[in-house]
Amino acid sequence: MKATLERVAAWIDERTGLYTAGRGFFEEKIPASSGWHQVFGSVALFLVLTQAFTGILLAFNYAPTPGEAYNSLRYILTEVTCGRLIRGLHHWGASMLIVVVVLHMVQVFLWGAYKKPRESTWIVGVVLLLLTLTYGLTGYLLPWDNRAYWGTVVATNIAAQLPLVGPLMARLLGGEGAVGVVTFARFYGLHVLLLPPATMLLIGLHVFLVRKHGVAPGPGDEGLSKKPFFPGQVFKDTVAIFFAFAILFLLAVAVRVPLEQLADPGDTSYIPRPEWYFLFLFQTLKLFNGPLELVGSAVLPGLAVMALILVPFIDRGKLVKVTRRTVAIAVVALAAIGWTGLTAAAVKSTPSEALAAQVDYSGPTAWIQLSPEELAGVAYFRQENCVSCHAFGRASDGPDLSRGLIHRDAAWMIRHFKDPAGMRPGSSMPAAGLSDAQLNSLAAFLLRLNPDNATVLADAPEFATQGALVYQSHQCSACHRVNGVGMTIGPALNGLARRQTRSWVADHFANPQKLSPGTSMPPYKFSPKELDNLMSYLFSLPES
Amino acid sequence: MDDERAVAPEERKPLRRNLLLGAMFGMGAAIGTALGLPAVIYLFFSPKSRKPSEWTEAGGIAAIPPNAPVEIAFHRKRVDGWKVVSEKTTAWVVKHPDNTVTAFGPQCTHLGCAYHWTEAGSGFLCPCHTSLFSIDGKVLSGPAPRPLDRYDTKIEAGKLFIGRLRPSVETRA
Repeated sequence: MKATLERVAAWIDERTGLYTAGRGFFEEKIPASSGWHQVFGSVALFLVLTQAFTGILLAFNYAPTPGEAYNSLRYILTEVTCGRLIRGLHHWGASMLIVVVVLHMVQVFLWGAYKKPRESTWIVGVVLLLLTLTYGLTGYLLPWDNRAYWGTVVATNIAAQLPLVGPLMARLLGGEGAVGVVTFARFYGLHVLLLPPATMLLIGLHVFLVRKHGVAPGPGDEGLSKKPFFPGQVFKDTVAIFFAFAILFLLAVAVRVPLEQLADPGDTSYIPRPEWYFLFLFQTLKLFNGPLELVGSAVLPGLAVMALILVPFIDRGKLVKVTRRTVAIAVVALAAIGWTGLTAAAVKSTPSEALAAQVDYSGPTAWIQLSPEELAGVAYFRQENCVSCHAFGRASDGPDLSRGLIHRDAAWMIRHFKDPAGMRPGSSMPAAGLSDAQLNSLAAFLLRLNPDNATVLADAPEFATQGALVYQSHQCSACHRVNGVGMTIGPALNGLARRQTRSWVADHFANPQKLSPGTSMPPYKFSPKELDNLMSYLFSLPES
Repeated sequence: MDDERAVAPEERKPLRRNLLLGAMFGMGAAIGTALGLPAVIYLFFSPKSRKPSEWTEAGGIAAIPPNAPVEIAFHRKRVDGWKVVSEKTTAWVVKHPDNTVTAFGPQCTHLGCAYHWTEAGSGFLCPCHTSLFSIDGKVLSGPAPRPLDRYDTKIEAGKLFIGRLRPSVETRA
């Protein structure tokens, strides 16, 4: 068996040279000082390949035109099995790739591995960094949600303001001032047609140059014999790749990447923010106003790229130990501090999403915890003026229901509501004029009542109880879930305020098919008052 | 890890080499599985289906003459990926004397061409490879491997409702 395999291998090798080439690659001699600090390049290559893999899978279920893009991505997220995982891998893989590419550069920079004759390897690396960032910028638009749309509006406007090339850039990116189908097609073309082969070519060149000049030696390597790349260093690379992948996979599984509402060019309330790795540029831009704006948008980034390219020509000194490269360490430390400071400032200035909701969460909010049914019960409790006999926390004619002393079940209570004296002889309580469904709500509320949440009766805002009433009477919970109660045929409604605008939801009630093609939700006609209460209630629901 | 200089490499190489190789293949296999398995599921599992309503109204049956096949066009909803499309489709409907109805799928069971009822009334003839089917859908001649497919049908208040298309299973006698 083994002999046959070897014969087949020899036959193939004789005709293709594949095995010889592979062996040559792995048996390459590397300096004795090589080790764990040199794993980042391999990890970056692995992540690029993973991005290609997940990107192709996404493309199999994705329609690259504005309206369709959003619907097809939502299809991937909500209907295709494992779709959310694949998208998560692609999304977090992009972030991780940028982290790893930067770590790779920092390592090469600290060790001075760009020195003669490896200047060209370094420069190709800088170009690859720029390509990676371009991937991030173009991929950001492809979900075509509000985040994508408004982020790209800002990015294209910055490009259009560049001196000399600005108007050309605007035309190249698809139209002056407006982000639409043309911009989308250009970004998609860049992302999947132009950038991948460019990246592959440059990575090939980068690796070729690494091999041509050999892995950069450290000081003192001259006197030592070299060691083979395989298996020692290959093992270290594999371990690093494994850890990187484990982190990526956990992120993709555990951290949900949101899909916001469909891009709405008329949504003036949206505050765009770029992806985290561009926040430092975003913040830099804020430091310059008026005619100086160009300094932040073009001059400084341009100078930074120029400086990176020139690094090997500026630092031409002798190779010394990394611990003695104090200037390089200082540069990295300063850059890290500057980047962190700018990013932190940008994060801090980002308005909290909760501000969008109109509920004052500093006030008593026990009512938010109630299910819609229980909250509707509050409405009936008020409507039937039960409190005139059942005051909470003080003496009154009827028992104080808030003391958590109810030890009857809902069925008993409903019979009691209908025929008070029949269930409890001698009771002077009048029968409630409510339907069974309404009595159910009332019973649900009373069963939930305890001394800690008794304040809901006074605190629950009118819009919430009335909104819950509309919610109940239209049996929304047959498809939707609120505070863990209800079915999951439709989306859960907690945190709706983060996902949609009020105008979108109002339109969606009127014509669900138009905004969510294929949805099983029927259209609803509410009175303006009902609609207002229901939406205010739904938009006050916190993230579950 | 970096101490192979201290010990003569030849003495410890095979064991260490095999250990490293095993660990590398293990990690590689783990990554391959974690990427490959979801990819297979993503590509080959059918997505959670959204079902449009099963029955489509296809008009009244009063006007259909008995035992004379007519082609009826109707719009039905079909889930197409992330969309539900409303598309025009047809059925060859035969009304029987007892007022029951059979509705055949409009494609020949051989290679999917659209067939027609011959003017002479000899059967459903497919223009592609001359498959001929009888009025009850059985294959009379030609290469068709099985009878015509039938839609589920029901009649309510004199209106014909067309449901799912069921592939025929009966093979040629």
